[in-house]
Amino acid sequence: MIVAAFTWSEFAEQVVAGLASGAVYAGLALAIVLIYRTTGTINFAQGEMATFTTFIAWSLMNHGLTFWEAFPIVIAIAFVGGIAIERTVMRPFERGPVVTSVIVTLGLALVLNGLMSVIWGGGDRTFDGGFSTRTIKFAGAHISVQYIGMIGMLAVLVVLLALFFRFTKVGLALRASALNAASSRLVGVRVGWMFALGWGLAAVVGAIAGLLIAPIESLGPNMMQVILLYAFAAAVLGGLDSPVGAVVGGLLLGLVITLVGRYVGYVGQTLKLPVALLLILGLLVVRPGGLFGRVAARRV
Amino acid sequence: MPRAKLVLEALAFVALAVIVWLVPHHVSDFHARELASVGIYFIALLGLAILTGYSGQISLGHGAFMAIGGYTTAILSVDHGVRDLWTIPIAGVVAGVAGLLVGIPALRLSGVYLALVTFGIAVAFPQLLKKYEHLTGGTTGKILTLPRAELGVHTTPNRWLYYLAWTIALVLLAVAWALVRGRPGRTMQAVRDSEVAASSSGVSIAVVKTLAFGVSAFYAGVAGALYAISVFYVNPETFPILLSVWLLVGLAVGGLGSLAGLIGGAALVYYLQNHADAVARWANHLPGLAVDPKQPGIPSIVFGAVLIIVMLVLPTGIGGLLRRVLYPLTSRLYSRS
Repeated sequence: MIVAAFTWSEFAEQVVAGLASGAVYAGLALAIVLIYRTTGTINFAQGEMATFTTFIAWSLMNHGLTFWEAFPIVIAIAFVGGIAIERTVMRPFERGPVVTSVIVTLGLALVLNGLMSVIWGGGDRTFDGGFSTRTIKFAGAHISVQYIGMIGMLAVLVVLLALFFRFTKVGLALRASALNAASSRLVGVRVGWMFALGWGLAAVVGAIAGLLIAPIESLGPNMMQVILLYAFAAAVLGGLDSPVGAVVGGLLLGLVITLVGRYVGYVGQTLKLPVALLLILGLLVVRPGGLFGRVAARRV
Repeated sequence: MPRAKLVLEALAFVALAVIVWLVPHHVSDFHARELASVGIYFIALLGLAILTGYSGQISLGHGAFMAIGGYTTAILSVDHGVRDLWTIPIAGVVAGVAGLLVGIPALRLSGVYLALVTFGIAVAFPQLLKKYEHLTGGTTGKILTLPRAELGVHTTPNRWLYYLAWTIALVLLAVAWALVRGRPGRTMQAVRDSEVAASSSGVSIAVVKTLAFGVSAFYAGVAGALYAISVFYVNPETFPILLSVWLLVGLAVGGLGSLAGLIGGAALVYYLQNHADAVARWANHLPGLAVDPKQPGIPSIVFGAVLIIVMLVLPTGIGGLLRRVLYPLTSRLYSRS
């Protein structure tokens, strides 16, 4: 059931739009994976954390800063804020069961959401991003500069993170404490602070995702809630312990749901989410660890 | 199990039943209604406790099973003229079958993956309800008739709801208790603690896990049916995504692996959802705090903060607290018997 006439230029526009929204899912999924890998917790507050930092950017821009002037300040605040949350709220639950720390992140999400309503009020507002909203014409297709900027930003972020994890000593220590906390402690890695650093990095990655999506969705306390669901789906699709998987999963999910929503009339806008989940469920039945995840062998 | 413990638990159950019977005589009609809602949450939590607490499978999608139960009741009573009371067991069975169907792919998943996939089911379900309008009524949903006392009972609708919810809750508590204390419960716990050990002892892991899903969804379906009857309408917003989350919260507060503690979990979830402003008003008595309880956002902050504090103070939930307080008193009885 194809609704409208098919043209290749429109298809190209849809692909770019899908990848752009996929870049946001990928960013938030990456943040979720960073925390899952370092601390074993699923952070349900990731979306609210990202919205919170986006609101800070909005306030700064209201005081006369441009987007790119506010950007480094917001990143720094996100980093410090992420570390502070881990040290104060999450630390007591470090050794407890997963269910407990998941519920604590839910509580955190509620607190942050309420704080945003109290500080900035509940309504939605427009947010001017760092990229132009005009389109460029390329082979007959109108491609939005904003979308290209979003995809480019994610690419830069992924490269920087990969370099950090591979070539710095702190990156190595982070990977080590995620892999084996006890042995890392023995060789002098301060594992507790590595957990905090993981939260700080995740907050930064999430903040960037928030800054990217805010010009498209309007900015309100609930901006990231649906996106967080897609990010969960993307992270599961790629494999929860694989940063590469999160990025691939996010882009793939954005692409598939945009194209299916556009070209399969029966699915349309209402069934986008169920279809995405059905695909993921199908994949997980075949590959329980996601596309790139490892299934840990269990010791008997 | 020592016989003394069995007797004690039976006595506790009888005491609970007496309390449940006496309470409506001492509270207002409105409070009876509130307590009915607590009872409905309690039923759903019992089901979740069987699944998560005993068979070790985390579900963040029980709101969807409640929705299946609620919609079964609504469709049967509105479109087919079935009396709402008799739709309750049917709703349970329909949800239970859905639970079995979800339980089969869930066999391949564990831990966080299962939690996220079931969460996905809860998220996607309202979309399905909107899509299949001819059956579900779409975004408008369905409006049921007002609840009224049946079976020759003469009382107000709210008290009727109270008795209905809590009678079913007590019966299902007894069933759950027999289940987890008996052979099924032991096999479920064996599977939870070590799948390898359980299967080498001849337990079929697939059967146990899938059945746990089915039974758990049955409980959720019954709770959903009661919920639909008590609010007398259903639409996709009646069973929001957050409902599944609150259920898990109620379970953690009540304590994994404790059935009686779940009443506390159900009460906390209900009262925090509906009376967070009361907590904010109370918090104003603390020095240095001056919050307006009516301001939007405050209930959310209170709810979140209470959750974190409860997890900090009661990591094993109310059930764990009960055990810690009661064990020194009751353990002497066991050793003498």
